[in-house]
Amino acid sequence: MAVKALQEGYHGEFKDSAEKFGGAIVVYIGWDKHLWFCSPKAFPLDPNMPFGAVVENVLPAGFGAHPQFAEIDWDKVEWSLNQQPFTPDMEKSLAEQGFDHKCLLRMKTPGLDGLHGASI
Amino acid sequence: MEAKKLNVKEKYRLLTRDLDWEFSYEDRKEAFPYEEFEGIKITDWSKWEDPFRLTMDAYWKYQAEKEKKLYAIYDAFAQNNGHLNVSDARYVNALKIFLTAISPAEYAAHNGFAFTGRQLGGIGARIAAQMQSIDELRHIQTQIHAMSHYNKHFEGFDEFSHMHDRVWYLSVPKSFFDDARSSGPFEYIVAISFAFEYVLTNLLFVPFMSGAAYNGDMATVTFGFSAQSDEARHMTLGLEIIKFLLEQHEDNVPIVQKWIDKWLWRGYRLLSVVAMMMDYMLPQKFMSWKEAWELYFEDAGGALFRDLERYGIKMPACAELIAKEKDHLSHQTWWTFYTFGHAAAFHTWTPSAEEMDWLSEKYPDSFDKWYRPRFEMAAELAEKGERFYSEGLPQLCQTCQIPMFYTECGDDRPDDTCYRSTHYQGERFHFCSDHCKDIFEDEPEKYVHAWLPVHQIFQGNCGGADLADVMKYYKLNDGAVNADYMGSSDEQRWKALKGIA
Repeated sequence: MAVKALQEGYHGEFKDSAEKFGGAIVVYIGWDKHLWFCSPKAFPLDPNMPFGAVVENVLPAGFGAHPQFAEIDWDKVEWSLNQQPFTPDMEKSLAEQGFDHKCLLRMKTPGLDGLHGASI
Repeated sequence: MEAKKLNVKEKYRLLTRDLDWEFSYEDRKEAFPYEEFEGIKITDWSKWEDPFRLTMDAYWKYQAEKEKKLYAIYDAFAQNNGHLNVSDARYVNALKIFLTAISPAEYAAHNGFAFTGRQLGGIGARIAAQMQSIDELRHIQTQIHAMSHYNKHFEGFDEFSHMHDRVWYLSVPKSFFDDARSSGPFEYIVAISFAFEYVLTNLLFVPFMSGAAYNGDMATVTFGFSAQSDEARHMTLGLEIIKFLLEQHEDNVPIVQKWIDKWLWRGYRLLSVVAMMMDYMLPQKFMSWKEAWELYFEDAGGALFRDLERYGIKMPACAELIAKEKDHLSHQTWWTFYTFGHAAAFHTWTPSAEEMDWLSEKYPDSFDKWYRPRFEMAAELAEKGERFYSEGLPQLCQTCQIPMFYTECGDDRPDDTCYRSTHYQGERFHFCSDHCKDIFEDEPEKYVHAWLPVHQIFQGNCGGADLADVMKYYKLNDGAVNADYMGSSDEQRWKALKGIA
């Protein structure tokens, strides 16, 4: 369907198109079964940064407050990118591995399923 | 010959219907340019039944008397330091939400009804919309006056208008009314008069006013009583517009159904904040969100939609999901504000042991299993001086603009975040639910334009990249209006006022 408007061809401005973020892409990151963080978080990231830098800098800033964060075995994390299974290369850049503007990265940490049987 | 005195019926006709005129030399379509583009077909405006049965002169007289009494009570409230009679200063935070989120929405409603009061082609509908427009303007004014006394004693009230246009969570009510006001006049009046004022008002108005009554807030209670007769008129208008549109033409039925589906969902999402207010913010609680939803929507709304079936209108599909979310909504919303409480213009806290027991009793299927452990963990950390605040910024839904905290309740997986997305013209858009996604996909041209606060911060449009810069841009006085109630200046002032050590 399309909007019904007074004039033919009405279209609102794309408020969040990629060029508005000064070279960054917005990446959403969620950690399954860890609702201590109420929702996934949004990060403006340089698409040329290696994935390893996300693990080293971005994730600790966003999710490091959780007691299970320090226990994560990064070799066992199950990742998905835009809801497709994804095996990251720590050395390669985000752009090289298919990260685009407003993409969704989810991580599952088998064995670390939140606290108190309540997915906290 | 002696002038004949008009009887009431004649006077009413002359002062309402007779205010209209025939367009003898101008094109009627040019006078009402917004009347057709939405696809609504009106065959006979004279079939409109005036829901208010009120003439303008009577309206002014009646409202002026009401207002005079209201302001006399406000004066007495201020002179007697009425704020000292509230149950606890935590209660005042519910008022801060009301003033920053709801009162500016009254102003937006005033604006929207002024528009419909000009653009609808029928004189009866125009006068009804005009009166409601004036009601909404009176409501924001009287609300500001009701709360001005609290502004003298508590933080977080003074910049409500500035905040409404900027603060991250206030984009939710703001965008709700922007969406309605940028629609045509018929969608606007279905959205606000029917879906919001008729179907959902008991879940907005009653919780705040009963909350005020239970918590000793006479100023707000008095406002509530004063506005009650207005609200009753607004509800009548909502029902009349629906019946009128459905009776005018069968082609209107699918359009009206689409608007009801959309606006019941949009209104419900907006009420998340009311759910949390009822269950977590009122020191004296009167009813749980779940009970209110069952009483006011499932029972009363169920009867309404059965009544509308003869027109071909069905209960909106979203009602099923809402019924499943009712065990989770308030807990998830409060948790979001609790963890982002460093960036909110009101205080947050963990529920006391007694309050947690109340929540267990009201939510036997969800609270102890999913939410009690979370709040107990938070309370323990706070006790140790390590009050938890979530770093960074949340992902938002493109349609309702709420952080993506809703979970897969529809699928009985309340511990899995609900992720939905779609592509439109090469860009990806994310949603909290199927219903918000459907609304976007129906009118993507409109929702790509959403001013999402998190993205605006990233684009550098909110004062800077640091939280401190953004707080300044919001005029949110860091260290005074935000963070935990425990240790806040509100708490200290309250204790001093009440002589509590």
